[in-house]
Amino acid sequence: MPEQLYWEDIEVGAEITPLAKIATTQMLVRWAGASGDFNPLHYDSAYVASAGLGQVIVHGALKRQWLIQLMTDWMGDQGFLKKFSCQYGAMDYPRHMQSISEPQDGETWHCRGKVTRKYIDGEIHLVDCKVSLENGKGEITTSGKATVILPGKSTDAHPG
Amino acid sequence: MIPEEIKKLIGTSGAVQYYAVEKGAIRRFAEAVDDANPLFQDEEYARKSPYGGIIAPPGFFGWPQKQVRDSPLAVDIPPELEAAFEKAGYPLSLVLDGGMEYEFFLPVRAGDILSAVTTVRNLRERTGEGGSIIVSFLDTVYHNQAGELVAKQQLMFVRRSLNSPPPEAVHA
Repeated sequence: MPEQLYWEDIEVGAEITPLAKIATTQMLVRWAGASGDFNPLHYDSAYVASAGLGQVIVHGALKRQWLIQLMTDWMGDQGFLKKFSCQYGAMDYPRHMQSISEPQDGETWHCRGKVTRKYIDGEIHLVDCKVSLENGKGEITTSGKATVILPGKSTDAHPG
Repeated sequence: MIPEEIKKLIGTSGAVQYYAVEKGAIRRFAEAVDDANPLFQDEEYARKSPYGGIIAPPGFFGWPQKQVRDSPLAVDIPPELEAAFEKAGYPLSLVLDGGMEYEFFLPVRAGDILSAVTTVRNLRERTGEGGSIIVSFLDTVYHNQAGELVAKQQLMFVRRSLNSPPPEAVHA
């Protein structure tokens, strides 16, 4: 894990360390099993065609979880994710597999974020951020907001 | 107009559901995301962390303790609401996840047993492009085995009627 971030070190406008992700059909199957979302829109191409869609689509909740990872990677072990929200604006389509473990060449997604506000509430040191997921064409397909409690140089962040 | 038999469910809640947070399930969830954070899988690392043990990634609340989930989706839609949607011609097969909001109060830890209650907070109709679309806002509150508030979740589900356009048009 990277070095711990402190609230004092962050400025409004600071970029959150971006996170690159590749959705594959295999990842969607893993996500279905791990999350319990067994909607065939995410793995059955014949079903997808009958539903009027072109290809299997990436689960919205998986995209959410990528953006949550963007935040948890950035805030470090002493940070605490206080709030998170996102809306799914457009569909994403996974890469197909070229071998049992390797995806075909294709799209890579980028999770990005920026600090929009920095403040103290009582003893708690907080930052608000906006986050987004960009597809391979640079289009934003999911956007959201996060609030993180960070340790101050003399305070503790996590409520656990 | 939202059909009356659906609208009257605003404010109602489903039964309490219990979720077991097992460390293997946490690891599998993190692996599915491709998230290698050791807090979610390395016991020794997590023990020395401020949390003192393995925690779940925010957004993971464990797995239903009994197989009470009727839905093939990863969400507990109150059964009365699901039945009303089906009856009114808004089948589960035409549901789309619109987004969500979380507020977290405490970490979810390996070994926790969470209780969850889901309430139908609101229903809104969106008109346009031919068919009817109802957005349902479902609030879930999670407590841990000590009775402490762990998280609040709001899910936004988009339900399309049988004669509505395919989801591409909904998102466009």
